[in-house]
Amino acid sequence: MKKKSNHLKAALLAVMGDEKRQNITVPLLEVLFGLLAGAVIFLILGKNPLQAFNAFLQGCGISAKANYAGGKGMFTDFMGYLDNWTPMLFAALSVAVAFKAGLFNIGVSGQMLMAGFTAMVTVGYSPLPAIVAKPLVIIIGIVVGALVGALIGYLKYRFNINEVVSSIMLNYIFQYVLSFFIFTFFINPLTRQSQAISDASRLTLQNVMIAGYKTVIPLGFVLAVIAVAVMHYLIHHTKFGYELKAVGLNPKASKYAGINVRRNILFAMMLSGALAGLAGVTYYLGYLGSIQPRVLSTVGFDSIAISLLGNSNPIGIVFASFLITVITKGSTYMSSSIGVDQQIGSVITGLMLLFAACGAYVRHRLRISRMELEEQKKEEKKEGNEKKEGQS
Amino acid sequence: MNSIIIDGMSFTLPLFIIAVGGIYSERSGVTNLALEGFLGAGGFFGALFVAFTSSWFAASSQAPMYFAIAISMLGGALYAMLHAVLCIHFKANQVISGVVVNIIAMALTDFLTSQINAQVFGASSDRFVLSVSNRVTIPVLSSIPVLGAFFTDVYPYEFIIIVVAIAAWYLLYKTTFGMRLRACGDNPHAVDAAGADVAKIRYIAIAISGALSGLGGICFAYSIYSSYSASIYTGYGYLAIAALIFGNWKILPTFWACVLFGFARSGGYKIVQVLGMPSTYSDLIMILPYVLTLLLLIFFSKNNQAPRALGDIYDKGKR
Repeated sequence: MKKKSNHLKAALLAVMGDEKRQNITVPLLEVLFGLLAGAVIFLILGKNPLQAFNAFLQGCGISAKANYAGGKGMFTDFMGYLDNWTPMLFAALSVAVAFKAGLFNIGVSGQMLMAGFTAMVTVGYSPLPAIVAKPLVIIIGIVVGALVGALIGYLKYRFNINEVVSSIMLNYIFQYVLSFFIFTFFINPLTRQSQAISDASRLTLQNVMIAGYKTVIPLGFVLAVIAVAVMHYLIHHTKFGYELKAVGLNPKASKYAGINVRRNILFAMMLSGALAGLAGVTYYLGYLGSIQPRVLSTVGFDSIAISLLGNSNPIGIVFASFLITVITKGSTYMSSSIGVDQQIGSVITGLMLLFAACGAYVRHRLRISRMELEEQKKEEKKEGNEKKEGQS
Repeated sequence: MNSIIIDGMSFTLPLFIIAVGGIYSERSGVTNLALEGFLGAGGFFGALFVAFTSSWFAASSQAPMYFAIAISMLGGALYAMLHAVLCIHFKANQVISGVVVNIIAMALTDFLTSQINAQVFGASSDRFVLSVSNRVTIPVLSSIPVLGAFFTDVYPYEFIIIVVAIAAWYLLYKTTFGMRLRACGDNPHAVDAAGADVAKIRYIAIAISGALSGLGGICFAYSIYSSYSASIYTGYGYLAIAALIFGNWKILPTFWACVLFGFARSGGYKIVQVLGMPSTYSDLIMILPYVLTLLLLIFFSKNNQAPRALGDIYDKGKR
């Protein structure tokens, strides 16, 4: 019996691979469990899970719908998907950078809102031409986000305030103060949103005709791809990245090694905030084109899931954010075609998060069973050798 | 003035009992950012009970509320086991676990509320309607000038919270179990050496944390909204965490922190009302507790003494 469980263990270990491969296989396992749990919920509701998951893909232009309205096609949906993916990528990078430094930036939504609002009132409502307005929006996003991040970092290193608590407090403060300003000065009484921004300042080109399809072009996506490459280089190939990771792994040891821990915390939060600011401008001034008062976007929370699933690794984040965006963006179409409440998207994301939180434990168990197995092999070998010696 | 005290206390006490829940968990050494999720999930179970049994009781009956409170406490404790299992058994990062538990609570209760409304009651609604709680005015005491407001229009749950809070205080500071629990937060190895089970104590501590948060959650649902919906997640769990940090992880100082939050909020609303400002200004008042939290943390975080083993994953082998 023990032998059999050993074979199972060995097979499992072979599939999961060594520690390097586990960086890929463990998150895959987490995603798989999340999807399975989601499938079970669909089954309980009496829906076909495969059909439901396909509807998620159809909503994102990755799988073809049965029919399309005139001038629209899979390409239209896919560009819309990219438009939604862009802020997700930035936001997840933001969480990941903070995470590498041992910080938990749960305030991405608030930083996004603040950056988006500032860019909206300064540039979005101005008559500036596109060539000036668009870069300006991006710069404002970076600066405002970095400032908010710096504030959180400063509170952490100067007053020892837990960054989770301070950023949540800031989230609510931004949410209410900005909704006050929007309601008082910028409200569009028909849509109950802020007035739409000028086309010149919008980071997503609207109603472009390409190959007979009406579509959007998210300019921010190019920037997001560049950001992924830059962050990858920064984290894995520079002194700054090395110090950041050292501080995240063990602040005390880093201090003794001569690393300025406080400065690194501040820098990490600034960088994280800047990325969140970029997420904010691409979300509010790209994807949406206006701000809904009293609502914090869920992008900030989804980005935590993405960062956990992607191991806080920029490349991992590309894949994880692709998936999570399919779930969030696709849930609208899924809801209308399958008839299951849209919130199931966040339930599935939540379940994946739950499994992701156990990721460290899974790795730990794998390491232990590997050691046990090797130990056993050694013993068997030893026994074999002793037998041989006995015979000779 | 009266309404400031009445509204202030009805907000302070639920917040306080949630913070006491947080104290239990954190004094046992488990970081608890999951209070927000606990209070929402606990309240969900209570509201679910009310929704299913509303036909059993007379329309004006107050009985469902007491049942709802009991079930919210049980439900909160049950849901808190998720955090406990993640932190203790799966040795997950406690900060991550807390946030994950919150996100799941929000997603799941929101989803289930509208699903159950649609599937069971055939109504497309994202909330469970609760009855309006009656209010008690204590005859003689309420006629004392100024202070009488503390005994006027009191929600019945306020008495329950006071009783529970005193019991929680006694358990934490005056019993062997409470002493061990506190020791778990400072030096779990010593507790282990003394022959107690650290994991078991922490499980119980988190269960208590969930029960108290559930109690606070259903009270908020009754007093602020008279219904249960996703709008219960307004960050009061995090406010409770700020209160307990400000209160230095001790029950009595935490109470005063909560009083401060409660009165800042009710006082702010009163100002908007008195000055006759448009309703959008209430958005500005809403931020008062949060701003206060940040300011207080700035002044008091430095001298605070968190439990020494807070957030450490307990590993028997390290003893």
